[in-house]
Amino acid sequence: MNSQQDKRKVVIELDNVKRYFQVGSETVKALRGVSFKIYEGEFVTIMGTSGSGKSTLLNQLGCLDTPTSGEYYLDGTPVRKMSKNQRAKLRNRKIGFVFQNYNLLAKTTAVENVELPLMYNNKYTSKQRREAAIQALQAVGLGDRLEHKSNQMSGGQMQRVAIARALVNKPAVLLADEATGNLDTRTSFEMLVLFQKLHQEGHTIIFVTHNPEIAEYASRNINLRDGKVREDTINPHIKSAAEALAALPQPQDD
Amino acid sequence: MNILNLFKVSIRAVANNKMRSFLSMLGIIIGVAAIIIMMSIGQGSKESIRQELSTMGTNLLTIRPGADMRGGVRQDPSAMQTLKIGDYQCIVNEKKFVSYVSPEVTASGQVIYGNSNTTSTIYGESPEYLDIKQWKVEEGQNFNEEDIRKASKVCVVGKTIVNELFGEGKEAEAIGKNIRFKSIPLRIVGVLEGKGYNSWGMDQDNVIIAPYTCVMKRIAAQTYFSSIVCSALTEELSDAAIEELTQILRNNHKLKENAVDDFTIRSQAEMMDTMSSTMDTVTIILVVAAAFSLLVAGIGIMNIMLVSVTERTKEIGLRMAVGATGMVISLQFLIESVLISLTGGLIGVLLGCLISQLFPLIGMPSSIPAWSIYVSFAVCTLIGIIFGYIPARKAANMDPIEAIRHE
Repeated sequence: MNSQQDKRKVVIELDNVKRYFQVGSETVKALRGVSFKIYEGEFVTIMGTSGSGKSTLLNQLGCLDTPTSGEYYLDGTPVRKMSKNQRAKLRNRKIGFVFQNYNLLAKTTAVENVELPLMYNNKYTSKQRREAAIQALQAVGLGDRLEHKSNQMSGGQMQRVAIARALVNKPAVLLADEATGNLDTRTSFEMLVLFQKLHQEGHTIIFVTHNPEIAEYASRNINLRDGKVREDTINPHIKSAAEALAALPQPQDD
Repeated sequence: MNILNLFKVSIRAVANNKMRSFLSMLGIIIGVAAIIIMMSIGQGSKESIRQELSTMGTNLLTIRPGADMRGGVRQDPSAMQTLKIGDYQCIVNEKKFVSYVSPEVTASGQVIYGNSNTTSTIYGESPEYLDIKQWKVEEGQNFNEEDIRKASKVCVVGKTIVNELFGEGKEAEAIGKNIRFKSIPLRIVGVLEGKGYNSWGMDQDNVIIAPYTCVMKRIAAQTYFSSIVCSALTEELSDAAIEELTQILRNNHKLKENAVDDFTIRSQAEMMDTMSSTMDTVTIILVVAAAFSLLVAGIGIMNIMLVSVTERTKEIGLRMAVGATGMVISLQFLIESVLISLTGGLIGVLLGCLISQLFPLIGMPSSIPAWSIYVSFAVCTLIGIIFGYIPARKAANMDPIEAIRHE
């Protein structure tokens, strides 16, 4: 890492984070000391095979769980000793989640789905909430589908709503968990185009995936194996998802 | 999340599952409606009894022979022969707080006129009896003191007697006719105004009133009274009148200072209280039965809420991931269950009120006590909270990591 990068703001810092689980009499060491920093404006993919500790790391990064030892600083705040409620508040203010299976509220409009995180933030009035939600939906290209209900949308649209929901609280970091896992190739690329666009706008994105292809579109790649960082590389040649999308064969109309 | 938003979320969740929500409400609806109906019937009957007793005169006092001990054996009060003509005379002479007095001797039996007959009760009374009861003679006239002295074979009858023996609306013709009660001929001198049935189903018009002397000597063949009825000057003076009557009778019976009364005096107000408390007991039993159905309904709600929490594990996980605390999640589900039970309560109250309004149409008195409605709402809220607590806690204690990946 060069000195120019070091001047940038550190959004995420892991300092020898370990996470052990007690399963019966056995101790499962899911994370065996992970350390890295992620700077503002990076688009990082975290890869690893199943069992590499990928999900456990994601739970740590998302403040859903706390380390057994070590320390995790999210936007400068140490998380390990935080209570459940404090972490809930921290998630609400600092993190935007995008899940593999969208996790939208059923029978609920796009706007209302996007408003959800702000519902748990008393600083927002209902008017501000709605404005922020509309803005977020416009940012993901769904400005014309505000009142569509979740069950009237395609997978790609649902994932866009989920991304808008993750953006609405202006989080320090966007955490995507296999965000393209349930989508077809074309829609996956559309999502990557969107993520790249958000990256260019300055959002910090962490994309957890087992698909190595996605790493080519990110600025940095962290590879996990057996609960440790095996590889942490900067991607010098970031591919353009928009070009890849254009190169895809056009869908054939029947 | 503020409370208003929580309510919106809960209302939507209930509305999204209309059928299920309604079915779990049904128990509450039926339970609350049943309670309201029971209460209104109880209250209605109580009020109608109260009304009736007060038209009979709230200043009515009844003296009955009291329980007595004979050689250590407690005697049946009705077998007592402690109320004699002397007592009656003393009361008449010495009364200050008592306006009217009438001794009472009763007998039941067959009444015959021509080829018609009926069964009735004959009341041997003084002429003042009608004043005590506030009954009026519609046709003819009352018997008088002269008839008492002579033990005249005359009587005043109720409308039912006229209807049975002479036919509907033949009051005028009945006057002067001789009817026979247990082979004793009695001349009808008056017919009473109709009064209908009282609230415990007794026909108040099926009476024959005759001079007490006549009934004692010619029919019942007894020298004692079954009771003495009086009326206090006013309702407020009832207690003073009871005191006075007690002194008169004690003196007359030559009771020692420490001896217990060998008679009892009961006021109408006391009777009213007894009736009311009986009605209260019946009402309470019915309401308790209905309350059990509410308990069952509450368990039904808990069941549905538990299913709902499990079904919405993912939603709970999501809400927690985006910043909902356990407290807020549990509030959401608590509000939801209160909403179900309270809506059920509201429908139940409306239904109960509606059905209660129909009872008077079939001749059953009903009156909805206002407090029963408030209590219903309070109980429904309580049910929602109590039975919503376990599902809400289950939701709040979920681990967001597991909840969000729940399939």
